[in-house]
Amino acid sequence: MINTAYFLSMLISGLKLGSIYAIVAIGYSIVYGILRLINFAHGDIMTIGVYVILMLMNSAGMPIFVSLIVSVGFSIVVGLLIERLAYRPLRDATEETTLISSLAVSALLQNLLQMIFSAQRQPFLLPKWLTAAHRIGIVNLSTINIITFIVTPVFLIILHYILKKTKIGTAMRACSENLTAARLMGVNVNRVVMTAFAIGSGLAVVAGLLLAGEYKTVYPSLGFVPGLKAFCAAVIGGIGSLGGAVTGAFIIGVAEMLFAGLMPTTMTAYRDAFVFLLMVVVLLFRPNGLFGGSEAARS
Amino acid sequence: MLEIRDLVVKYGGITAVKGISLDIRKGETVALIGANGAGKSSTLHAISGLIRTAGGKIIFDGTDITGLGADKIVSMGLVQVPEGRQIFTRLTVEENLRMGAYVNRDRADAEKNYETALNLFPILKERAKQSAGTLSGGEQQMLAIGRALMSSPKMLLLDEPSMGLSPIMTAEVFGVLKSLKEKGITVFVIEQNAYDALELADRAYIMETGTISLEGSSGDLIEDERVKAAYLGGDI
Amino acid sequence: MKKNRITDSNLIRLVIFVIVPLAVLCSCAAKPKSYFTGIVITIGIYIVLAASLNLINGFSGMFSMGHAAFMAIGAYISAFFTLAPQVKENMCPGLPDWLISLQIPLLPGLIIGGAAASLIALIVGFPVVRTKGHYLSVVTLALIVVVRAVIDNQGDITHGSRGLTGLPARSTILTVYIAVVVTMFVLYRVTHSDYGRGLIAMRDDPVAAQTLGINLVRKKISCFAISAFFAGIGGGLWGHYLTTISASNFYFSKSFDIVEMSIIGGMFSLSGAIPGAMFYTIIPEFLAPLESGFSLGSLKLPTMFGLSNIIMAVLLILLIIFRGQGIMGNSEIILDTWFSKDTYLAPFRKEEYQRLAALIRRRSS
Repeated sequence: MINTAYFLSMLISGLKLGSIYAIVAIGYSIVYGILRLINFAHGDIMTIGVYVILMLMNSAGMPIFVSLIVSVGFSIVVGLLIERLAYRPLRDATEETTLISSLAVSALLQNLLQMIFSAQRQPFLLPKWLTAAHRIGIVNLSTINIITFIVTPVFLIILHYILKKTKIGTAMRACSENLTAARLMGVNVNRVVMTAFAIGSGLAVVAGLLLAGEYKTVYPSLGFVPGLKAFCAAVIGGIGSLGGAVTGAFIIGVAEMLFAGLMPTTMTAYRDAFVFLLMVVVLLFRPNGLFGGSEAARS
Repeated sequence: MLEIRDLVVKYGGITAVKGISLDIRKGETVALIGANGAGKSSTLHAISGLIRTAGGKIIFDGTDITGLGADKIVSMGLVQVPEGRQIFTRLTVEENLRMGAYVNRDRADAEKNYETALNLFPILKERAKQSAGTLSGGEQQMLAIGRALMSSPKMLLLDEPSMGLSPIMTAEVFGVLKSLKEKGITVFVIEQNAYDALELADRAYIMETGTISLEGSSGDLIEDERVKAAYLGGDI
Repeated sequence: MKKNRITDSNLIRLVIFVIVPLAVLCSCAAKPKSYFTGIVITIGIYIVLAASLNLINGFSGMFSMGHAAFMAIGAYISAFFTLAPQVKENMCPGLPDWLISLQIPLLPGLIIGGAAASLIALIVGFPVVRTKGHYLSVVTLALIVVVRAVIDNQGDITHGSRGLTGLPARSTILTVYIAVVVTMFVLYRVTHSDYGRGLIAMRDDPVAAQTLGINLVRKKISCFAISAFFAGIGGGLWGHYLTTISASNFYFSKSFDIVEMSIIGGMFSLSGAIPGAMFYTIIPEFLAPLESGFSLGSLKLPTMFGLSNIIMAVLLILLIIFRGQGIMGNSEIILDTWFSKDTYLAPFRKEEYQRLAALIRRRSS
């Protein structure tokens, strides 16, 4: 008999993981929506952000939130540079070509991190007050968990507001549906794409901090597989749809943790495989994801 | 208003437009008529900056716009209503119209245009909060035209506005174009539907396999035996 | 116009694409243990892998990134047949007894490995080909994750993440290059058959292809299976070259390597696999010394692990920006040369020499 507290704590871990995936998946989703580009480097931006935070905290002794803000700024610049140098020249190229470009960028970033920081895992410890546990009802939550649960919805609401109410947000949605028509409205596509990359990169760093805090370590390929899983989440939800990405992320996060927590130990090693299989199964029944419109043709 | 000199457009190895020249004066309505694949849409895409030109010059309102980006050209007041409407089906009707005013920095002006567009197309007013994908083909065309008018364009380019519409809707669309003409907006319309286009336009160019084969006033062209035979299903 | 090109001479092509490579291979065969031979073997295995990937990615309109999954299957299954019984008793006690006591030569082992990969491709093909575009690419990535999870967790059969050791080192120049020629020949015939033209039709216009009576699902799955067969062969060769394998040898990075080679060479051309594999193998060898630190004038650079990968990534990005269709584009000069009777008869024909002389004269004037 599984006890309720254990189940609840697994559920909460799942929601926490889901929040992290959601923040990453949004970045994937808005970029994919506009450019039809799977930006494999997205997960690596997350890693870069974590390394920058680590450096600022350890070497410069900055408080964590200041480091976070600096790191977000830095990573946005990196994201924009990548877009400018590796993706924009390929704007008219085939989808496969840009896909390869993003793989190359991902390899480049991982190796760059390896060259600078070595391939060794380095400890990444959050300040004590962030990891301190609080007992709420029958479950334990750390401060960082509570922050995660507050921060994620706040980001989502802000993003929802940007997309629905602002001019650039409407332009982003217009671009993701029909790039040519958006250009004919006078939309400067490059500016829209840059906005998408900036939002995605900035969010990725926040997710990276939460993830590394969870793993208590950082290494050059830290972000790659979680990045892929976040992409799976975006796919499950219907890529290009913000609500879809978030729903997909929570489905994956919770399913992954429940799988890991409730399955017999011989099965738990199949955790990653389970996530990817979940995506395949969803795609079989809903080829455009749960909330994806018909993606079939876009001029 | 719009001057095109020796425009050449190439796709890979194929030359779609082989050095054509056109002139459209302020306040005029001009049609470009031709069959499928004559190079009409390529011409229009080149004007709007959607594709690169391989030669020639495009001058709009005294400025050379050859090679400028699509967004720059729109903000200069040269706006295209694309073929097949290309409205944003997942955005609401209102958002579609607001997208049309994207380059319009003057809020009050945009607001005024929004009201004008809704008055011009009352059906859009009823549907303002609906997603544009739920509109019928004719309504979508109205939306596309309304959207293009949102930025107070100096000149409107229309790519096959009657395509895929029923005869009744076609008549309605051409009615709208006529009212635009009466308002003094310069209009350049591309059509396969030669009869309606000639009825509407002051002048017209006939395009065949990348070159202009005929040009003249609509009245002359509509009587021209060659035009009759080739485009009007003439009764010769 | 084209006839003026010097590469259109059968004689020249014979020399460049047949005689020179053969000379290289023979000199390698003479020194089987040398560093250079290792590179040439690696190139050969990569050619098999990249060419088979090109069949899917270049000719069918699908874009798979899951080649490593089929490599892994080919490598492990072939290893189960070629490993010595006492080794298997130790590492793979979960295998059936008959298999433990069986040990067969590499060639049949490879074919069994390829067939196993092909069989798995047939089974997973049904869900995979139902997805489109990028979704298909991501689903094929999922395949890699699943295969790795299975290998890592079926310890009594696969020895888990510790991997298999002691595979017989039988991926020699001869074996590998026989595989290259056979693979190329089969794939060349496949793409030049009615079946292959059907594939290309499907790639260029699926709807039109359907109206011609092409069953898209059957076509995609079969193409997937053919490609997987050779990926399995390539994986088997790779395993018997490394002699020690684990699932981490067949993970994302291996798959991406193959995809990148295929793009570099030109995925619409089977021959593209050849320059692609060479580029991908040779350039890093040149770059490797940079990693251990070097001095540039008075500037002494420290060791920089990962530098060659960084340079490779930059080269790759530059290449696709400036030559998106890859080195070969969609021409098959190399294979046309290999598999044409004219090439081999050319030295015996007088007119070939005359034509060549005329071409050279025109060049120099």
